[in-house]
Amino acid sequence: MINRFIMALACLMLIIAASSCVHLKEYQKSRINDSEMALSNRKVEKNELNFESYREAASGANAGKTGGGCGCN
Amino acid sequence: MKKIFLSVVGFSLLCRLNTYSQIKPDSTVNKPALGLSAPADRHDSSAYNPRRLRIDEIDFVSSYYGQTGDHSTVTGDNPNFLGNGVFTNSVKVTDISNGLDLKLVWLNKALNKNTLSAGLGFDYHTAASQAYVSATGASKTTGTRIYPSLDWTAENAKNGSTFGIGTYYSGEYNYKSLGADAHFSVKTDNKMGEFSAKLQGYFDHVTLIYPSEFIPNTTTTTTGTTTVVTTASGSTISTSADGETIHHHANIPSSPRNTYSASFSYSQIINSRLQIMFLGDVVTQNGYLGLPFHRVFFSNGKDTIEKLPSSRFKLPVGFRANYFLGDNIILRAYYRYYADDWGIRSNTIGLEVPYKITPFFSISPFYRFYSQSASTYFAPFEAHSPTDEYYTSNYEYAKFDSQFFGIGFRVAPPNGVFGWQGLHEMEIRYGHYTQTTDLVSDVVSISLGFK
Repeated sequence: MINRFIMALACLMLIIAASSCVHLKEYQKSRINDSEMALSNRKVEKNELNFESYREAASGANAGKTGGGCGCN
Repeated sequence: MKKIFLSVVGFSLLCRLNTYSQIKPDSTVNKPALGLSAPADRHDSSAYNPRRLRIDEIDFVSSYYGQTGDHSTVTGDNPNFLGNGVFTNSVKVTDISNGLDLKLVWLNKALNKNTLSAGLGFDYHTAASQAYVSATGASKTTGTRIYPSLDWTAENAKNGSTFGIGTYYSGEYNYKSLGADAHFSVKTDNKMGEFSAKLQGYFDHVTLIYPSEFIPNTTTTTTGTTTVVTTASGSTISTSADGETIHHHANIPSSPRNTYSASFSYSQIINSRLQIMFLGDVVTQNGYLGLPFHRVFFSNGKDTIEKLPSSRFKLPVGFRANYFLGDNIILRAYYRYYADDWGIRSNTIGLEVPYKITPFFSISPFYRFYSQSASTYFAPFEAHSPTDEYYTSNYEYAKFDSQFFGIGFRVAPPNGVFGWQGLHEMEIRYGHYTQTTDLVSDVVSISLGFK
């Protein structure tokens, strides 16, 4: 039930997002280009992502480890 | 009339500023902060060569990780492993990680940007459970890991697409890994979206260090006048009648583990405040996927080492959304759904809320919730049947929820951190992690960025 709700929410967000895209000029990207808005992981998070993949069965889809590279996962 | 007058004055001022900027001596273009070669004469702008190899950035990340818990995989989750009432299930771990990344950039003849990233990491850990690889609890509890990496990426200046290849190595006492990848990204025509793909392969070797009770005892054989002693590790010591001794050291055998993954992502700028990203990986593993020193106790009281299938297929998909709320607050949201063919399903939700106190200093509280179902092959101490085909008591594969929360600080002033121009960014982050399996850990990290 929770999974279905989350999937439905994700689909809804995708539809809203896809239907509301606008074209921005470079000078309109000041907020988008802010370093805190980066869609990548923070450099300081690197070892957090590692320990999470060691202690939990799931990994991947976070630009981190997907398996391999150590004896723990 | 007044508007016309002010416009003329403003235009005049702009022109005068431009005039000044042209006659002012150039003091910046020939000032590479961390160039490999000596800077050219600062007044001679004709010597400036933008294609020259230079160090773009150096990043240093250091972390301390401390953990406590009471479900040891090495003892098969048996709290009285020694049989004398001494608690043997502690999974106390400390780990100190240090990583250095060096990024070199240059332009080729077509003025495409090339980036070479070289990384080197070093970890030192202590793990209480490691002591019980030996049935007496006498095994070494410390270890180190070293992991260098190299990546080259070329960016097409015309369309913004990138292509790169990388390689990676990790070495620790009982595990060796060699990895390689190729990655590619391309932007949409209006530069508002970007698609990325990465193909990775890890070729690992697990050293087969078994619990001491499963290793054959030392044997002694006599051939003629020569006595040969074969130790548990396979090494031999031959002693002849005249007292001459020959040592032959045998390497502990290892078993391969291969991981192949394809990672895809698509990011899209929705408007001036919102951007999103979809992520997905397809991962397949084969080979020896357990660890040889993980014990399992069956319901009949007998023990063995864990046995897991020789292949695993993982499918994680994720979604990120970053939203700039007002002028100071940013919402960084993340969701991931994960499924694999070992019966595990999991959901991960994360939210981080950076608050910009000034444009160069921000505080970021964060919270992450994770929930997973148990693997088909997991059962706790003495719950597995001896007739099970596969079995493990590793709590990584148990059903549990976890929470991770903490706070981060980021400083990136234009004149450098602590006034040091070379140190352009510093991040400090602390997090507290709890699992419903009673595992608790704390992690504190610092990241320094030099330019």
